[in-house]
Amino acid sequence: MTILADSRLRRRWAISGAFRWLCRGITMFGVLMLGVLIYQVAEAGLPWLDWQFITSLPSRFPEKAGVKPAIWGTVWLVALTALISVPVGIAAALYLEEYAHKGRISTFIEVNISNLAGVPSVVYGILGLAVFVRWFALGHSVLAGALTMSLLILPVVITSSREAVRAVPDSLRHAALALGSTRWQMIRYHVIPAALPGILTGVILSLSRAIGETAPLILVGAAVYIGFTPDSPMSEFAVLPLQVYEWSGRPQSEFRELAAAGILVLLVVLVVMNASAVYLRHRFQKGRS
Amino acid sequence: MIRVVMCSLMAALLLAACGGGGNEGDSEKAKLEGNVRIDGSSTVYPITEAVAEEFRTVSPRVKVSVGVSGTGGGFKKFCVAETDINDASRPIKPSEIEKAAEHKVEFIELPVAFDGISVVVNPKNDFVDHLSVAELRRIWEPGSKVRSWKDVRAQWPDREMKLYAPGVDSGTFDYFTETVNGKSGACRSDFSASEDDNVLVTGIAGDQYALGFFGFAYFDHNRDKLKIVAIDGSKGPIEPSNKTINDGTYSPLSRPIFIYVSAEAAKRPEVDAFVNFYLKSAAALVKDVGYVPLPEKVYEFAIARFGSRRTGTVYKSESDKSRTLAELMAP
Repeated sequence: MTILADSRLRRRWAISGAFRWLCRGITMFGVLMLGVLIYQVAEAGLPWLDWQFITSLPSRFPEKAGVKPAIWGTVWLVALTALISVPVGIAAALYLEEYAHKGRISTFIEVNISNLAGVPSVVYGILGLAVFVRWFALGHSVLAGALTMSLLILPVVITSSREAVRAVPDSLRHAALALGSTRWQMIRYHVIPAALPGILTGVILSLSRAIGETAPLILVGAAVYIGFTPDSPMSEFAVLPLQVYEWSGRPQSEFRELAAAGILVLLVVLVVMNASAVYLRHRFQKGRS
Repeated sequence: MIRVVMCSLMAALLLAACGGGGNEGDSEKAKLEGNVRIDGSSTVYPITEAVAEEFRTVSPRVKVSVGVSGTGGGFKKFCVAETDINDASRPIKPSEIEKAAEHKVEFIELPVAFDGISVVVNPKNDFVDHLSVAELRRIWEPGSKVRSWKDVRAQWPDREMKLYAPGVDSGTFDYFTETVNGKSGACRSDFSASEDDNVLVTGIAGDQYALGFFGFAYFDHNRDKLKIVAIDGSKGPIEPSNKTINDGTYSPLSRPIFIYVSAEAAKRPEVDAFVNFYLKSAAALVKDVGYVPLPEKVYEFAIARFGSRRTGTVYKSESDKSRTLAELMAP
């Protein structure tokens, strides 16, 4: 009897240990792949990455070419996209979680939002061209691009914001209401602050997606060569991924190395953006405890 | 620190801009302001980018933007007056002319350079010396029976032929199929396609029995990895080179590429200045980016055509496509 139990126990321990190693291995595999990717890009791109590259306009000579308009275009685009999609996303999530009656209509909206998350990004580009560029007559502006990008990331922003709002314990709501707050006060002073870190996580993830998109922006008319930096939401714009895409298709091998340098700049912009969002999230969490 | 660097950079730019201005006409150009919106073919893009870059030194205040929606995608915007100029790697299609007419957009068609479509094989391929257009057709036509090199010429080895070609949406593919197979887009379907010509270069460079085609610039920058095939278009085998493409002996696979200027936009002084600058500097700039300049006479015809604002396409009928640009453009 004891021998049997012993061998069973050993087997269970073995499975448990193996599973742990499997998970560790799979995680390491992802990290390793990312490492290889970054190493390859850095190897090709680092020699080109200097102050001149960051502050110059595009050029036909690789040694004179730079990404200044593309960096600023990307910053403008992402900032505007955040300004548009965050309030809309949070408002939609609050409505669905706090106000809407659970019925056919809210189920219908829910299904639609989840389906929209799976629509290929080019389709949003076609929509953006028809609605924002032509119908709203915004032209090939960074605002039209940002509105299109907002549509693209809203499903993810809404879904993750809803998860965050749902995770706020009901006891908090009941306590607030029992003390006489209105629904608005309850949401403003209790639900939103408690849900904000979770909401920000969703926003970070979706903005990281928006920053790397090219296909919808080609359709809404983002430029590749642009001799100036955007100075208003109605300005025309170029973005980093589009510049990388164009350079990587050039016949001269130097331009493919420039593309790698462009990827590095894009990664830095992405890391800076995410780091500031993580910092914000940290501050909100701290402020509450 | 950053500010100091920026200031000195801007000062340098300003100095460079001022240095360009000597006489009165130039200082007038330097004062020009406004926007020039360009979109269209990614094949023509490098030329337009080079022109825009040089134009900056002449008229630094004109804001030029260039997109890469592709020839067709660009025409969709050009024909509804959303852009001033469209880069095109093929002549405008009748359906696009109709659409432009619907929106009252008139256009001036201006050729800017040649691109010689190059047929290439792997450097280890030592048996191919040239191919005739008829042989190319047997290889590429829809429902082609050619499987191995032996099927093309009996003395060639019985090795499977791997085919590489640009994506079916590209102007290069359109032009090649139209010229070789007689109908734009008509082609066998069992080949490796890529929108990125660099992928084709890598594919052919790594495959001893491969055959493919793409723009001349991609061969020119990868001469060590590829072997060019001379093409016999009834006047004996000719290899594409800057000279044979420029003087028209590399025929029929060399094609002109264009810009289309909206007649309405051309009324604006900044667009007028940009297009004139384009046509005057194109001959020097296209070489920098790997294309072949047109004969000098054709640039003169183009400048005259733009000066008199002559609208419409020179390709009135199918047979016009086999005539030279100099014949078509002559006033």
